[in-house]
Amino acid sequence: MVRTPRVAPVHGLKEQRETQVKLLYFAWVRQKTGIAEEEIAAPSSVTTVAALVDFLRGRGPGYEAAFRDLKLLRVAVNRQHHGFDAPVGPDDEVAFFPPVTGG
Amino acid sequence: MSEVRVQREDFDPGAEIAALDGMYGAIGAIASFIGLVRGDNGLAAMTLDHYPGMCESEIAAHVAEAKTRWPIVAVRIVHRVGRLTPGERIVFVGVASAHRQAAFQAAEFLMDYLKTRAPFWKLEEREAGATWVEARSEDDESVKRWH
Repeated sequence: MVRTPRVAPVHGLKEQRETQVKLLYFAWVRQKTGIAEEEIAAPSSVTTVAALVDFLRGRGPGYEAAFRDLKLLRVAVNRQHHGFDAPVGPDDEVAFFPPVTGG
Repeated sequence: MSEVRVQREDFDPGAEIAALDGMYGAIGAIASFIGLVRGDNGLAAMTLDHYPGMCESEIAAHVAEAKTRWPIVAVRIVHRVGRLTPGERIVFVGVASAHRQAAFQAAEFLMDYLKTRAPFWKLEEREAGATWVEARSEDDESVKRWH
């Protein structure tokens, strides 16, 4: 049996794959998106929180409003505080919320 | 030994303190803090929103950090969520240690981190409507002393 040699994926090659992520929104972020949580398929080009935010902004006026000023937002990836430069991969849980005010 | 709980129900401060006491023998001091809903500026109620799972893990991480800094024997933290009215208890932090200084300092450390890192959010209800509480820069300043 003749096998075609395995080739590493080349950047720039159009891939059909998408990144499944679970998104959570809290406090006024949830009020603006109008949803508490959702599972979405982001384009495979989405590999950071910042890229995810850009993708989400295009999903409607509620998202546009929620993500208008990133200085007002905080991020957790898999329940750990992170910055917007944090990587995002398949099956990650990403949460967006304002600075915390408990205690 | 430590316990972290996030719950809707009220808690009994006496029972929480008693749970830190007893059976250890190594404890010489227990410091506790109780946060209450303040009814100023016509506050009718506040609703605590939270991120289930992350609240517990974030608090547990700071309990572990506190244990590396002070000789802590036991910690109990209870944080309530849901709608609370003025006078109601919001949070309990109790630390048991051999000596008072460690107990006081660890309790303050845990409250400072809880206020600036644990994913809880307060929605205040007044006659004019409901508004989300904004984070206070004083709390950010307060936590810096532990860096």
